[in-house]
Amino acid sequence: MTTVSSGGSAAGSVAEHPPAAVDDEVLEEQRRRWTPLRIAVWTAIALVGGLGWVMLALVRGETVNAIWFVFAAVATYLIAYRFYSSYIERTLLRPDDRRATPAEHSENGQDYLPTDRRVLYGHHFAAIAGAGPLVGPVLAAQMGYLPGTIWIIVGVVLAGAVQDYLVLFFSMRRGGRSLAGMARDELGRVGGAAAVLATLAIMIILIAVLALVVVQALGESPWGVFSVAMTIPIALFMGFYLRYLRPGKVGEVSVIGVALLLLAIVAGGWISESGAAEFFTFDRTTLAWGVVVYGVIAAILPVWMLLAPRDYLSTFMKIGTIVLLAVAVVVVRPDVMAPAVSEFAGNPAGGPVVPGPLFPFLFVTIACGALSGFHALISSGTTPKLLEKERQTRFIGYGGMLMESFVAIMALVAAVSIDRGIYFAMNSPAAMTGGAVDSAAMFVNSLGLAGVNVSPELLAGTAQSVGEQTIVSRTGGAPTLALGLANILSGLFGGAALMSFWYHFAIMFEALFILTAVDAGTRVARFMLQDAVGSFVPKFKDMSWRPGVWIGTLVMCGAWGGILIMGVTDPLGGINTLFPLFGIANQLLAAIALAVCLAIVARRGTIGTLWIVLVPLVAVTVITVTASLYKIFSSVPAVGYWAQHNAYREALAAGRTSMGAARTPEAMEAVVRNTFIQGSLSILFLVLALVVIVTAAIAAVGSLRAGGRPSLEDEPVPSKLYAPSGLVPQPAEKELEARWLAEVGPPSRGGH
Amino acid sequence: MRALVRWWRGVIGADAYERYLESHHRRGHTHPPMGEREFWRAKVDAQEANPSSRCC
Repeated sequence: MTTVSSGGSAAGSVAEHPPAAVDDEVLEEQRRRWTPLRIAVWTAIALVGGLGWVMLALVRGETVNAIWFVFAAVATYLIAYRFYSSYIERTLLRPDDRRATPAEHSENGQDYLPTDRRVLYGHHFAAIAGAGPLVGPVLAAQMGYLPGTIWIIVGVVLAGAVQDYLVLFFSMRRGGRSLAGMARDELGRVGGAAAVLATLAIMIILIAVLALVVVQALGESPWGVFSVAMTIPIALFMGFYLRYLRPGKVGEVSVIGVALLLLAIVAGGWISESGAAEFFTFDRTTLAWGVVVYGVIAAILPVWMLLAPRDYLSTFMKIGTIVLLAVAVVVVRPDVMAPAVSEFAGNPAGGPVVPGPLFPFLFVTIACGALSGFHALISSGTTPKLLEKERQTRFIGYGGMLMESFVAIMALVAAVSIDRGIYFAMNSPAAMTGGAVDSAAMFVNSLGLAGVNVSPELLAGTAQSVGEQTIVSRTGGAPTLALGLANILSGLFGGAALMSFWYHFAIMFEALFILTAVDAGTRVARFMLQDAVGSFVPKFKDMSWRPGVWIGTLVMCGAWGGILIMGVTDPLGGINTLFPLFGIANQLLAAIALAVCLAIVARRGTIGTLWIVLVPLVAVTVITVTASLYKIFSSVPAVGYWAQHNAYREALAAGRTSMGAARTPEAMEAVVRNTFIQGSLSILFLVLALVVIVTAAIAAVGSLRAGGRPSLEDEPVPSKLYAPSGLVPQPAEKELEARWLAEVGPPSRGGH
Repeated sequence: MRALVRWWRGVIGADAYERYLESHHRRGHTHPPMGEREFWRAKVDAQEANPSSRCC
């Protein structure tokens, strides 16, 4: 970006500056110019990608190498970005660089601030990526690597990246308006209220399941508990440092923080081997209560103490680790142990990790990474207020999501590169494995999986190699991912000696993202709740009114904490029953976001490009509605919540004192209660999402019938700055950028 | 290398104050900008009043 200098005195000074946009015709002409070099490059990309897909999908050799995942994914992303996203840009969104973005016309030096596109890309990526894309693919590895890989890559190209791009663009044209705000504008009061309510309910389940993942990873693990607990004093120290010692020295304090974090991981190893281990060994129920209490305190404490410093730490670790992992996968090139399509993929009852048939449960298990509704909240929140130019939305929105998809692919690679016997021993609920190495080995071997023969010694030895007491039934995805990452990273640095360090490094960085998401999410949810209650009791709208903050926080923590405790104590293995609900909730949010986009696009009154929105909207609606209906109506107890509920209720009524995994009448009552809550939540999500989708469809049809309606975009303001649109500027863009540099002066914004 | 460090500072938000000063200057305000300490306080206070979510 280059800006008009502030001294620029009067009107007319605009005319002295170069144009704020490259002509559409010039860009179009450059896009269509197929030089021999360009043809060669794109042919090569297509061939490499094609080869990758052939190796993954068709060749059945001894083992498949992980490098083919990288080739297939990256080549597909490049082609989709180059051709499909620019098709969306040209035909559907039509950005206009002559219009100023909210960052330019409403610049305030803080949340509205034109930001270099490359910096914003990193910033946006750090905000959308988290534990979600790391956990889902691990669980879906039950079905083999191919179904997950196809969904992650095809899903992101046609659905996930499209959603992020559209929401970012539409929010930018509306001054950075939130998804809820756009829903109110487009869908009216009923649709808007349903959207807000659905978002709130979905956030509660998301936080609960994320917290459950942390608890499952830390249960009975003194090393993990110690190192993750240490993040709290480290963050507090950073907070005080930034507030009182050296305000604003964020880079410096982040480096100190990361160093302390690594020290905490190493020290965790000492603790686990010393007499202090028992002080840090907790059962999962105690840990769950700990996380709830932590959540309440963290959401009430001032932002500067805990949230802001941990956010710096989390961003640092996120980008650093993901780059490290990408390098490690390419250098180490692990072999894949799982088959392309496993024995469970065709089984209508699913497998021990994810119950239910492949369609729709693969598609809800891998939510983030292919399509994540949560991103719509980021794409309509901070990011649109930082964009320099309209054309950059494609790079940030579509391109940012492609990177998240790549993270999901790497998580899948990590999960399928560990021994399959170990995979199933770790991810099957304790109700099935019995929790001990002998019974777990017997259970896994009884699954009848080709080439799987796991011994109790292997399970015990693996646990020891990563410094844990046991790896049996460490469900939730995080421990499996950590084991896979430890395998890959120790191949790059340190070998077997550093296995346990890398394992706990991975646990720590997942816990770090999740705890950040938990307390930021609690704050946002509390904010939404206060806003909604404030319509009836105006006092609640005042966010600085402490009793309102406390009540709101307690209500929100009580809601997700209740689900968390329920999941931890669930006799049937909470993560396996709750994770589908998490996926369904996240994708219903995506359906809501896409429905709002549909209503926006339909205002133009033309049908031509509507399919770009309809394809992902229809797909995600079919997936989530089918999944919800399975969860509500399936007669298979492992799949349907109500089937399970009725089975246990009838057993209790018949006077039985033990059934399946529930060995006492109290445990059976817990199953009855839990399935009731889960089943009710399924119904609630489905009804709310359908209300939003139906109101959006009505609004869209109304717009089309009327031959179009006026759009609700802000009035255009002429732009007085210029910056190229993508990572690598086109020749015409470079030329214009150089002209701005020569005539107006160097750009004045962060990052170059 | 220098470019990478600048990029990194931008991504984690370490350069927020510098960019605020530039922006303040660019907008041609006549009142003096906030001091560094004051700016960072205002920044977290704004976060307090309007929380932004982090994704799963």
